This record gives sequence, structure tokens and C-alpha cells, in this order.
Amino acid sequence: MSDTMNDSPATRSITDQDWRKLVTYGIVTACTLIFIALSNMPVALDDFDLIADRFTLGDLSLYWLLLVIGVVVGKEAVLEGMATHAKGARDVVSGAIAGVLAGAGLSLLVILINNFELRDPLVNWSPQTLEKLSVGGSILSGVLLWLVIGGVLGAIGGAMHILPSRIRQLVIVAAMSVLLVAILETVLSDISESFGLEPLADIVYAKRGGLTIVGLLIVAAVAAAYSWWGHAPVKDAKQRFQAMEGPERSRGNLIAFSIVAVLLLVLPMLVGGIVNELLANVGLFVLLALGLNIVVGLAGILDLGYVAFFAVGGYTTAILTSPNRGDSWPDWVPQTNWFVALLIVVVFAAITGLFIGAPVIRMRGDYLAIVTLGFGEIIRLLFLSDWLGGYTGGAQGVTNIRGVNIFGLATVRGTDPQAVFYLVAVFCVLAIYVSWRLEHSRVGRAWMAIREDESVAEAMGINTVNTKLMAFVVGAVLASFSGAIFAAKVGSVFPTSFIILVSIVILVVVIVGGMGNIAGVIAGAVVLIGVLGGPRQPGLLQEFSNFKLLIYGALLIWMMLKRPEGLIPNVRRTRELHQEEFLQDAWLKGEIDTGDEPDDMGEVAPA
Amino acid sequence: MTTATRHKSARRTGVDWFLFFLKFAMFSVIGFGLFAFVLQQIDPNNWLAQQINDDATGLTADQFQGLVIAGLSQGSMYGLIALGYSMVYGVLGFINFAHGEVFMVGAMTGMITSNKLAEAGAWESNFVPSLLFIVVLAILVSTFTAVVMERVAYRPLRGAPRLIPLITSIGISFFIQNVSVVLLGPGAKSYPDLPSWWTETQSIWFLDVQRTRLLVVLVAGVSMAVLWYLVERTKTGKAMRAVAEDKEIASLMGINVNRIIVTTFAIGGAMAGVAGILWGVMFRSVVATTGFLPGIKAFSAAVVGGIGNLGGAMAGGISIGSAESIAPLIILEPLGVNGASQLRDAVAFAVLILVLLVKPTGLFGERLSSEDRA
Repeated sequence: MSDTMNDSPATRSITDQDWRKLVTYGIVTACTLIFIALSNMPVALDDFDLIADRFTLGDLSLYWLLLVIGVVVGKEAVLEGMATHAKGARDVVSGAIAGVLAGAGLSLLVILINNFELRDPLVNWSPQTLEKLSVGGSILSGVLLWLVIGGVLGAIGGAMHILPSRIRQLVIVAAMSVLLVAILETVLSDISESFGLEPLADIVYAKRGGLTIVGLLIVAAVAAAYSWWGHAPVKDAKQRFQAMEGPERSRGNLIAFSIVAVLLLVLPMLVGGIVNELLANVGLFVLLALGLNIVVGLAGILDLGYVAFFAVGGYTTAILTSPNRGDSWPDWVPQTNWFVALLIVVVFAAITGLFIGAPVIRMRGDYLAIVTLGFGEIIRLLFLSDWLGGYTGGAQGVTNIRGVNIFGLATVRGTDPQAVFYLVAVFCVLAIYVSWRLEHSRVGRAWMAIREDESVAEAMGINTVNTKLMAFVVGAVLASFSGAIFAAKVGSVFPTSFIILVSIVILVVVIVGGMGNIAGVIAGAVVLIGVLGGPRQPGLLQEFSNFKLLIYGALLIWMMLKRPEGLIPNVRRTRELHQEEFLQDAWLKGEIDTGDEPDDMGEVAPA
Repeated sequence: MTTATRHKSARRTGVDWFLFFLKFAMFSVIGFGLFAFVLQQIDPNNWLAQQINDDATGLTADQFQGLVIAGLSQGSMYGLIALGYSMVYGVLGFINFAHGEVFMVGAMTGMITSNKLAEAGAWESNFVPSLLFIVVLAILVSTFTAVVMERVAYRPLRGAPRLIPLITSIGISFFIQNVSVVLLGPGAKSYPDLPSWWTETQSIWFLDVQRTRLLVVLVAGVSMAVLWYLVERTKTGKAMRAVAEDKEIASLMGINVNRIIVTTFAIGGAMAGVAGILWGVMFRSVVATTGFLPGIKAFSAAVVGGIGNLGGAMAGGISIGSAESIAPLIILEPLGVNGASQLRDAVAFAVLILVLLVKPTGLFGERLSSEDRA
């Protein structure tokens, strides 16, 4: 929220607190903290050092909420025509009070774990949790410590409101950069190694992982300097870029695109095997997410059985390229190389798309979601069943899938993640091109019209049935590409690789990134799959493997409540989702026409 | 659905022909399967039956009876869960995907408390009071979960585009599942053994029924009766029906719409809690993902019975339960599908698809306001 100090609003005294709000927020945060502690996050994430030997990801999992609560309680809804208050010591105090209340939750937990035995249902009610929470000291010191930490962090959070906005920005940028650099340790040290900058990496990162104190200071200083001096020029450049029009704009786009493409081509050579593996996984999910983006983001069809197309792609490739396929196949089903198989995969995926799409296309949105989910399960159950076991290998799946033989020059398979990445990248570029062209084509506009209002679209002469089927088919083909590469990469397919979970994770990627926005979807896949990991694939932070699904669920809810348009929103989609707010804003400003470019979207949560 | 009216005038498109073919294929599989089953029952060795499936054996009367009873008891559980879907759909017009998770929370609560009771020795010695106790507790916890869910996630989204609450509910379902994983561990957890009297069979008339299954059907019946009384005979129920018909006008009539919506969630949650305990008593094992499939099947049940229609939800539950229990063995097995019982979940989904294709308003008709039906 803005902290505009117009007309010198009155400062409130320290005792003038909204107690009800403080207590509510404090208790909710305390409960959340207790949940985090009992979910074993602090202990499991303790192996990942952010600052060497001093501060781990486990610590962060407990501390961040205390800081956030400090900021949140100081926030005031800025309403038109209502008096605002100047920020002052009062906000620091309210942050501290909420922080103490929240910290008291952990103090309580320390006492409870020390005195009661609840390990039977709660698996993490353990001595390790207790040790982590009492910070190595005695129980009493642990109890007091949390009250103090809560108060201090809450106060710091509250103090953020007092800082001038430029300084506040500086602090936030510095803190975020430190966190980012610490998390990306594997990637960054790989890159610096390949540039021969090992000495620098050695200064910044400690041997056993985590930033050194010197490194921390360097990163913070660089980030702060950027925020102080570099921010304005960058913002200017961005605005100039956005103001471009016509051929100039498309040239700018082309340049930006080429820079990204060159970076992508070079990146895998600079990083090690682990990161390459991650990149390959991210690529597979980008491909899937781009496909789902067409179905959900553009056409507005919530397809929860999307994994079915991934499975069809994987299994078709497996059956056509593996000598180990089920023995019931007649001889005329060929054993071919991957590229020939891919052609057949496309045909099969399109047929599956039609087959699943046709029955559901006329159902209302929520029925459609559950029926596609059902189809996804049916396809997996069929692959798993003994009935088709002779063809698909049942629970044993199909193994020994040959890699992708590129005209005798090279073979792409899972042992060489770099090659897999390049293969995936080629298909991603194809998918991006297809999505981009489709979005701005007649079909794309028809999809968006259907998404916004199906009846009106139909009245405008759009054949809704065929258009929606088309979305299904395009989405299915893109997913089947991903499945085909997945089969070649892993070398085997099992029914367990194609559970419903995969559909949901792809949906989270699309929604967090931004429905209907290609860049958003890619960003979502990089952040979620790259850092946290896919349904079965580990991410950069392997310590998160037990928690990533929990985090995905929470993210999905949070995004829907606070920012349904996603991190990188699509302009039209945003307007649709916040239509009422735009109308209200326009009404307040006395405009009848709502066609103006809204610039304060997302400031107010949907009521 | 608007399509129903359009169908008559518009010419048949490719999609229509495909759907016609699909329906035809599904009905012929059912018909042919039943025909083969009857042939096998007459004599597994007759020529025609041999042609269809040469290792056909047919079912004995005992087997068949077992299938029907299993289907009925499981179906009445689905029915209980389906009530929650149906009521929420009736009032708010969207699917609460996370309702299956409310059921799981009930089952987990029962698991924890019944194990504690068993440790204390009360489970064996005072089974009926213990059972009542865990049922009440599960109802409380499930109701609480459902109400919190409504307050935190659905109330802020009222009036948002349809897709938004739907996606949120998927998120909630996913979240609750994983909360259970991180707090209680990912493995399957079991209920304590029931006293032996309950696992023995009871003969009623000509049926031999395991007593737990009987218990499940009875409890489901009683809950249904209580719910019926609540909805049809009390003031709250009347208010609920009014809100389902038209929220705005209901609030003009002095009904507190928010309170009625919370009540709806609470009642649905309570029913799911009861169903959770019944699940525990019947299968004696719970996992974090326990809520997923029964949840989806219960939704199918709600649709099959006509969404918004409470009696329909119960009937739909029983139909889905029976279908998934019986159909693999009397339709698929006679056609030579080996391992047909592996496909029971697929059968449940196929029933849903078939009903939506043939009669999207369900067998007993929807009870929705016209705005939700669009």
C-alpha cells in the first residue's frame, strides 16, 4: 500500500492500537508457526546453509513469518475519502506486539513438547524439533528466546513502514538478493567456475555451503548500490521499451528474444550435470505448461486430466521404440526410431484429445473438470491393468526405451541431461511459437471470447464446439511431445509416472506464472519446478522434497485469493478477473467509460 | 444446460455423431456383457459362453450376494459424502473439490482417537460408547474443517468468475492432503481391531451380512433421516432452500445468507465426518490420499442422483457403489477382461461419464436455481 503523506495526516499515539486485529493476526501466525514447526520443516531444511554455519533455510522457515506479521499489522487499507494516519513508533510497537504473540506460539510448543508425548499421531513431535526450537539451550531459554525473537522481528517488520520508500526498497532489494544468491549457490558457483572465477566464488561461498559473511556483505552492497543508482535507469529503459510501437517494438522484441535464446543456448554449457538435469526437467514442464496454458489460460477450459496426454505421448513412444514392450503386439506394429515414433505420437495424441474432448465439451465448467479428471484416471488405470498388461506391461511398465538418435550424429538419453535439455528447448521454442501465433490468430481470439463469455461468443458466430475441441487437440499434442521426450529421457515409463498429481502440478505452474501469458508460464515453471521440484523430480532445493506439494497447494489457494492473474499477468485476463474493481474505480473517478488503462490493479484483493 | 434445447433444431455435427456412437458403444458393451453373464450363469460350458470367454466360470449366489452387500454399504458411504457436494452445489453453485478431504480428516480423527481409546482399553470393553465418542469427535473436527475452509477460501471469492473458486478448491484439497502427510506421515495408518462380535455375520431374512456393513448402512440411513428432517421440516432448512433458489431475494426476505452458507458447509462436513468413521470401521486403514477417490466418486454420485437433490445424492451413492462393485464382474469379466476388479475405479468414472452424456440432469432431476444451471 502506498504511504503517501498527503496533508500531513495525524500520527497516532503508541497506545492507540487496534487490539482485536493484533490478537487475531498474532494467534493466526502462532498457529501457522506451530504447524510449520510440527511439519518438520525447521529440522529438515536445516541442512541447507544460507549463511555458512549461522543461518539455515530451517531458521528462515520460522523467522520469515514473524517479520511478515510485523509488516502486515502495520498496513492500513487505503480507502478513498478515509483519513489516513502517518506511520510512526506506533506501528513498530504494534509489529512487536503481534510478533510477541506469534512467538509465544512457539514458546508454547516448546513447553508442550517437553512435557507431553504426542509422537504417536504427530510424527514430528520429536526431540530434534525440541532441540531446534530451544536453539540448543535449555527449555526456559528457548521459551524466552521465542518471545524476544518474535518481538524484535515484529518490530523490524513494523519499522519498515517508517523508512522512506527509497530506503525501504533498498533494504528489500538487498535482503532478496542475498536470499537469491544463497539459494542459487549450485548454479552460480558452476557458472563462475566455467568462467574461471573460482576465487570470487570462494570468497562469496563457504566450502560447506552457504554465503560467507564477506560474501553476504558484498552481495548486499552490490544490490543496495543497484537499488540506489541503477534502479531509475533500468525503469526508464523498461518504460521506453513498453512505449515502443509498431516495427520498433517488434525489433525490440526480437532483440530481447535473441538475447534470451543465446543465454539459454550457452547456459547448459556453463553449469554442471545436476543443474542440467534440473534444466531438462524444467523444459519438460514448460512444454506441458504451455500446452495447458492454451487449454486453461486461453480457452478457459479447466482440464484436470491433462496428464492423460502426457501418458499417451510417453507410452506410445515407449511401445514404438522399446524392444521390451509387452509381447501381445502383432508384428506389424513397428520398432522405429524416435522421430518416426513422434509422428505417430502426434496422431495418437490428437485422437485422444478428440476422444476426451468431444464428450466433455458441452458440459458446464465444473462437470468438465471432474470428468477430465476421471478420464485421466481411467487412462492410467488402463495402462496399469492386467487386461492391457500384454500391451503396456502393467505395473512393470515399459523399460529399455532407446534414446533419441539424431541422424546418427548423437544419441540423446537421460545419461546426458545437456543433450536432453537442447532437445526439449527445440520443442519449447516450437511450442512458444505455436502458442504465440495461435494467441493472435482468429482461433486464439475465439478461444478468449469463449473464455470470457461462451454464450456471447456463440452469438458472435463462433463455432464453440469446434473451437474448444481445437484447444484440446493443440494442448494434447504439446503434452504428448513432452511425454515422448520424457520416455526417451528416463528410458522407461510406468503408470506411477502419470498420476493425477502431475496434472495438478502443471495447473499450479500455469496459475502461479499467469494464465494466458507465455512468459508467465515459463517463469512459473522455472521458479516452481526448477527451485522446488516437480511431482517426482527433485529441484534445486532438494531439502524441500517433502514439502513442495504442501507449498504448491498453499500457493494455489493464495494466488487465487490475492492475485488470480498470476505473477506475470495477461492484460486482458487481469481485466476480466478484476472487472468489478475497475468498474468501481471508474465510478469513483467519475468516468463512465471503463476502457482506460488501469494501473493500480492487484492493489486491492477481490472483495 | 443450454445445449438440450439447441439440440432439437440444430443439425447434427461431427461431435454429435461421435457422442451418439460413444453412447451406443457404451450401451452395447453393457448389454453384451450382461448377455454374456446370463449365458455363463446358465452354464459356463455352453457353446456361446465359451465363444465369448473360454475360461468363464460364472458367479455363485454367495459371491453375488457378497458383491451386492459390499456395493450397498460402500455406496451408502458415498451417499453420505455426496450430500455435502450436493448441498454446497445447491447453495453456492460450485463443486467443493476439497470435500473429499473433509471426509479424510474425519477418518484421520477417528484413527487417532480410536487408537488412543484402544491403548486405554476402552475400545474393546465399551465399543459402542467409544464408537459414539469418535463419531462425535469426527463430526466436530470435520465440521470445523469445512467451516474454516468456507471462511478462509470461499467467502472472499463469492462472485468471482466460476473457474476461480473451482481452482481454489483443488488447491485446498491438495493442501489438506499434504498437511496430513507432513503432520501424520505418508504411510497408511490402521484403526484398532474391532471386537469380534462386529466382524461376524448376521443373517437377516435370507441374507448373511457382516455386522460392520450392517452398521454402515444403518448409520448412513439414520444420518440421512436426520438431514431430511433438518432440511425439509425446520426453519433453517427452509432458509437453506430459499438461499439455494435465489441468494439475493433470500437476503431481502431477512435471511442471513452468510450464516446459511456456513450452516450448509457445516452440515456437509458433519456428514463427511460420519462417513469418515464408517470408512475407518469398514476398511480399518487410512492414508492421506484416502479422501481423493471416494470424494470424486461421491461427486459422481451427486451428479448421478441430480445435483442439489438430497435424496438423489443418497440414491446416486448407492448406484455408484453397487455399479463399481458389481459391474466389473458381471459386465467386464464375462467379456474376457482379466483382472476386471482392478478396473472398479474406472467403472465408477465411466458411470459418471455415461450419466452426463445421457442425462446430465441426473436420474432424479437437479434442484438448482436457473442461474446455477447455466
